[in-house]
Amino acid sequence: GAGGGNDIQWCFSQVKGAVDDDVAEADIISTVEFNHSGELLATGDKGGRVVIFQQEQENKTQSHSRGEYNVYSTFQSHEPEFDYLKSLEIEEKINKIRWLPQKNAAQFLLSTNDKTIKLWKISERDKRPEGYNLKEEDGRYRDPTTVTTLRVPVFRPMDLMVEASPRRIFANAHTYHINSISINSDYETYLSADDLRINLWHLEITDRSFNIVDIKPANMEELTEVITAAEFHPNSCSTFVYSSSKGTIRLCDMRASALCDRHSKLFEEPEDPSNRSFFSEIISSISDVKFSHSGRYMMTRDYLSVKIWDLNMENRPVETYQVHEYLRSKLCSLYENDCIFDKFECCWNGSDRQVEFFSLIVMTGSYNNFFRMFDRNSKRDVTLEASRENNKPRTVLKPRKVCASGKRKKDEISVDSLDFNKKILHTAWHPKENIIAVATTNNLYIFQDKMN
Amino acid sequence: MFVRGLKRKCFDGEEDIEGTLAGIKAIPSYNLQRQSLLDMSLVKLQLCHMLVEPNLCRSVLIANTVRQIQEEMTQDGTWQMINTQSTGQASLDRLVSTDILCRSSRDQAEGKHVPGYGTFNKDFGSDQAQDSSETMSTASSVQAPRNLQSNMWEMENPQENKGNFPKSLDQIFETLESKSPNSVEDLFSEVDNSYYDLDTMLTGMMSNTKMGHCDSLETFSSPTNTASNSNCKSDLNDLDHIVEILVES
Repeated sequence: GAGGGNDIQWCFSQVKGAVDDDVAEADIISTVEFNHSGELLATGDKGGRVVIFQQEQENKTQSHSRGEYNVYSTFQSHEPEFDYLKSLEIEEKINKIRWLPQKNAAQFLLSTNDKTIKLWKISERDKRPEGYNLKEEDGRYRDPTTVTTLRVPVFRPMDLMVEASPRRIFANAHTYHINSISINSDYETYLSADDLRINLWHLEITDRSFNIVDIKPANMEELTEVITAAEFHPNSCSTFVYSSSKGTIRLCDMRASALCDRHSKLFEEPEDPSNRSFFSEIISSISDVKFSHSGRYMMTRDYLSVKIWDLNMENRPVETYQVHEYLRSKLCSLYENDCIFDKFECCWNGSDRQVEFFSLIVMTGSYNNFFRMFDRNSKRDVTLEASRENNKPRTVLKPRKVCASGKRKKDEISVDSLDFNKKILHTAWHPKENIIAVATTNNLYIFQDKMN
Repeated sequence: MFVRGLKRKCFDGEEDIEGTLAGIKAIPSYNLQRQSLLDMSLVKLQLCHMLVEPNLCRSVLIANTVRQIQEEMTQDGTWQMINTQSTGQASLDRLVSTDILCRSSRDQAEGKHVPGYGTFNKDFGSDQAQDSSETMSTASSVQAPRNLQSNMWEMENPQENKGNFPKSLDQIFETLESKSPNSVEDLFSEVDNSYYDLDTMLTGMMSNTKMGHCDSLETFSSPTNTASNSNCKSDLNDLDHIVEILVES
């Protein structure tokens, strides 16, 4: 089970990716996601590739550590495309990966770039048939006249081969850039959201999708708000939420109407007049929204904070956690270098049961390869760093501190020394254990809690 | 922290300016920073019409910021003032170092009250909008960001859009070009004019981070009116070339 954020002692476990400081653009990690059992960990990158890591079976003799993650499968999910009509490139960057729950021996995941969603089947092959009557082992056909006896082909073990094949391609349904995909709790449908529209798909049907939200104004000159993220409720298959660039979250019920243009609930916190600036709207833009395990709460990430909302209370969040408040006085510079538009994701701790009691810890990224954890119970928080300097396994990570102003204490880092090129946008928490995956620009770090 | 190559001289220059502008109305530093933010925003909106479709969320947020600034400037009358002025003084105001902008926002964070800020009214009624548009001498400048916006959102024909520069941005380029001799210009002759080169400002913006899609910015050359058009032409040539290659393959 999950303990408090500060009760967990996080240790470095592994790091994946190039050691080079010179980052190849294609290697930039753009999404990270554990599957439902936590055995598989998928990453997508800017080059359109998906890499899946598999956790080793726990070694019964080594009870000190959980299994390591090793590469299981790598495949090219999306290729760059060119839209001839608009004379524009379509990036192959993988925006999101979502796993389907496992139904048989194979694993399925959805991966999406800006325009097209694909359903991939990942299957293992560890046996192959040998002893055909009409074919040689290398595949050449035998001359039938040379066959004198018949035999039954048998399966013989072979080296494990993991194959990824695209089973469905859901294309041509999005004019704008897809930012989210979310699988429904019915495990038959899923939604895909772009800047202005949300579509509902059936996993088996690729030539048709239903538009369930459309906020495109008749006159594009009147556009002032876009959709930034969307997610299905974990239990209620007719309920979903979507967030906007103005800091609002709308909860919609698909039973109410075919086109959910009118929300059932609108979540919005009134603006704090004392903090008003020209950047207020930009920093209120929500970059991620995640339901809690029970579905009673949801969490949103905006530029400076994480907010927890009770679905029964629309007028303000129940909790707010400041991720890096010291950046508030730097918003102008962050606007100038575009960092203010960085989209940070957030995630909940894993949970064994669908019980609210266990959605206790919030994790999100920041700059300088820092990431933050907030314990909802104890209200304590911690800042940790993903860096190769801390790469001794089973060494507990040292908490970091940023000095906002005044005298910098020893071991503190001043705001002006932060490296804004080193951003942690994507993090994931193992669904059942205290194992976390943290993506820096082109490396994937895996941390575990220290087992006693 | 982020911006390299900023010339401190500019800021010092400003202090000299305030001293010598005894007879001329001194522009409050808040207006300066607001104008600078407006200029920066317009440049940001303009600079992302590259090969890959621009990020709509980012464009909408920047356009909203521009609109906010415009509304506020319209409310307190400075919008009209800036449009009617054609002296070198106006050009100086526009191109102030963003370092000042950031310094001022730090001051704000320390709790200094900036006049007019607290009265910012988000609900800018349509009546007010009509009144202010009548008082504005150059109504088209208000339209400019809207035109810009529609150019951004509807990338139906990007070649056409690349040629359509909004009026206010044109004004910025013209200002950079103009060497009209007047007494106010002469006063500022000691100030290092190279700072006002667009590419110096852009270099500052570009220094620390990638702008994602805007990689071709790094080849952005001299800030002249024709340069913007010739960049379009070279973009079009590149585009044609790429399409040729793709079609052949």
